[in-house]
Amino acid sequence: MKALNALLLAIFIAILMITSRWIGQQAYTWMPPQATAEAKHVDDLFSFLVSLGAFIFLSILGVLLYAILTSRAVKGDLSDGPAIEGNPTLEAVWTVAPILLVLWIATQSYMIYQQIDLQGLSPVVHLHLPLEAPAAAQTEDTAKLAVDTIDVTAKQWSWFFRYPGGSTSTELHLPVNQTTRLALRSQDVLHGFYVPEFRIKQDIIPNRTINFSLTPLKEGKYRLRDSQFSGTYFALMEADVYIESPSAFHQWLTQISAQHPLPAANPAFIEHTQPSPKTFSSGWVAVPPAKPPIVNHSSHP
Amino acid sequence: MANNPIEGILDVGERSGAPLEQTGWRRYFSFSTDHKVIGVQYLVTSFIFFLIAGLLSMIMRGELITPPADLVDRPFYNGLFTLHGTMMIFLWIIPSLVGLANYLVPLMIGARDMAFPTLNAIAYWIIPFSGLLLLVSFLLPSGTAQAGWWSYPPISLQNPSGHLINGEFMWLLGVALLGISSIMGAVNFVTTIVCMRAPGMTYFRMPIFVWTVLSAQLLQLSCLPALTGAAILLFFDLTFGTTFFNPFEGGSPILYQHLFWFYSHPAVYVMVLPAFGIFSEIIPAFSRKPLFGYRSVAIASFGIAMVSIFVWVHHMFASGTPGWMRMLFMFTTALVAVPTGIKVFAWTATVWRGKLHLDTPMLFALGGVAMFVFAGITGVMMGMVPFDLHVNNTYFVVGHFHYVVFNTITMAIFAAIYFWFPKITGRMYVEGWGKLHFWLTFIGANLTFFPMHPLGLQGMVRRISSYNPQYADWNIVASLGAFLLGMATLPFIVNIVSCWNRGRKAPSNPWRATGLEWTTASPPPVENFEEIPVVTSPPYGYGKVMTNEP
Repeated sequence: MKALNALLLAIFIAILMITSRWIGQQAYTWMPPQATAEAKHVDDLFSFLVSLGAFIFLSILGVLLYAILTSRAVKGDLSDGPAIEGNPTLEAVWTVAPILLVLWIATQSYMIYQQIDLQGLSPVVHLHLPLEAPAAAQTEDTAKLAVDTIDVTAKQWSWFFRYPGGSTSTELHLPVNQTTRLALRSQDVLHGFYVPEFRIKQDIIPNRTINFSLTPLKEGKYRLRDSQFSGTYFALMEADVYIESPSAFHQWLTQISAQHPLPAANPAFIEHTQPSPKTFSSGWVAVPPAKPPIVNHSSHP
Repeated sequence: MANNPIEGILDVGERSGAPLEQTGWRRYFSFSTDHKVIGVQYLVTSFIFFLIAGLLSMIMRGELITPPADLVDRPFYNGLFTLHGTMMIFLWIIPSLVGLANYLVPLMIGARDMAFPTLNAIAYWIIPFSGLLLLVSFLLPSGTAQAGWWSYPPISLQNPSGHLINGEFMWLLGVALLGISSIMGAVNFVTTIVCMRAPGMTYFRMPIFVWTVLSAQLLQLSCLPALTGAAILLFFDLTFGTTFFNPFEGGSPILYQHLFWFYSHPAVYVMVLPAFGIFSEIIPAFSRKPLFGYRSVAIASFGIAMVSIFVWVHHMFASGTPGWMRMLFMFTTALVAVPTGIKVFAWTATVWRGKLHLDTPMLFALGGVAMFVFAGITGVMMGMVPFDLHVNNTYFVVGHFHYVVFNTITMAIFAAIYFWFPKITGRMYVEGWGKLHFWLTFIGANLTFFPMHPLGLQGMVRRISSYNPQYADWNIVASLGAFLLGMATLPFIVNIVSCWNRGRKAPSNPWRATGLEWTTASPPPVENFEEIPVVTSPPYGYGKVMTNEP
């Protein structure tokens, strides 16, 4: 009987392991396409976490369901079950095993973080203290960055990009297979830089510059979203992102630099001035959108 | 140590002017100092706020059933999620659990009342007052607060109307008052549990529910002042133009985030610990077996409380947090899984080879445990920095924490209400209505909150009232689930209201459960016990000679 139980348990665990491994493989398909070098690492970690999570979830639920199906008291049976108060060995096992398990998971994540970090995910934050940093040094610093960095400016509720050379746009264009540095700034409140296909997110903090870099790997059109709640028209704060070949990128840059700067069309500004008549109107005062940025090239006609 | 050293306090003023105490339903509208009356006041008040906050979420789900913003305007939507979150946390979950603890803790430890009955009543009466402050802000010309329940500056400091009395003003006032009420409650619970246990009620003879209340209330004492302080400083910034959190005047919005999460992460454990306590009472009673590993479960409660103080930065992984801090808090966050795991394993082992009775409280408890396992797993995932940087501020987070606050904690509260309803009212609820309530809730909750996980993985951020049509399908499921969840509350209300008036009379111990509260009459007399009981054994003596059966 004991041998049979052990066999059944072994089969149960084997089935669970195969199923969890399969679910872990499926996890890749639940994510958006991978457009950066960072994305692949994040998805590998996610798949690993899903496999482990599925194993734990299915084993606990399996035991609970088995108990519910097999151990129900017969109607009218008022007797008690066996007075088992615990088992020190078992309790020690289910204390120590999870400690090892979570340390293993966290170590895996640590290593993946290090790999991503080498590619420059970790943000470098410059705090602009009002009393520090003589103006000259500051300009020099920004000027140096501007050579190889795209300046990203967020304000309520628009994105604005300044490229090396000084051209501006409300679209983010990035050359494929090159590590690009972004200098993130906000003019008013907290915002967040998030492109789901890039798998990375960085809050933007007013009066600070956050430098951070990424390596796009897949050409295509993506959507940048403000990810940190920024007030009334937060939902409208998006921008188009294009990853293109370096030649197409430089061609685009040259093309827009010739265009005359104009105020960009801005969805938040439009909705603020012409609210939809269909929705229930609360009449509450909204924060007015900041003036749309003046750019060489704007996404919306 | 476990004597009743301050028995004298129990008889303060002989129930402080007993002749003036109201009887019948009227006492629930009076400034009563009876912990049982206050417990019911907390429960009923918080349930009303639960219904209101639930209604707000239905409007949000109505807006989100289609991609464009076509139901309510943006400021109103932002007000909806701000007040939904604030009310569900500060006016439903925390006070309803405080209500249960208020009713049960003195009964469970064999005391006649809480240590400070008047303080108890004051702490309660702050709740409806603060709730009204929040609700009244719907009528202000500038509307309610719209900065979300975490109210980050500088958004929360933008006051477009320019009015002195604005939604954010009311919100900060309300939250600061609720914080003060909770601190009063915490002082009272800790004192009561430490000083007023019946003779023989040593710490390791206390029911797990009391252990979890003690752990949760110690957390309130140590962490809540940070939030209350932050709310007061933010209030100064908003109203008097100070610059504690204004980045353009040398203030730090990140400091606010630290102060906020230093409380608001432990707050999750303030909410979930008593829910664990409820599971630990109900599962043994309906499995007819002792709680497996009672001591380790008791100690795990303290373990959870301790570790939870050191994990708050995981809410700020994307906030310009330096790498070393991200890594440190990733490891501490992972460790919370250990004491919570101990509890889940203990409940599973308790069910194993038991004699299960699947009555409504047990259904809610088992459903809650199952969904908590899911929430725990997604929680550990999000603690891992590289993955969090993708799902942070997306619907994945919303799905995860609703599996905790609704699918675990609110399920536990329903389980507790059914379980102790006979004790509180002296009447039985109708089992069929209870089971219907469970199944509708269980299905509705999963339909509502599961779709949020794939939505978040696909990159749908939270707090938006319009979204890209690619997210439409799962949003329809979530919205329909939410409407079902709203309907699911109806059988509960019918059941509770009708049975409170006309239900079958309950015996003192209808579940044949252990615990001192079942040794006294249903409902208990004003003084709780005719004679203070003497405790001689640990709790959960199922399967052994029941020493305290009536």
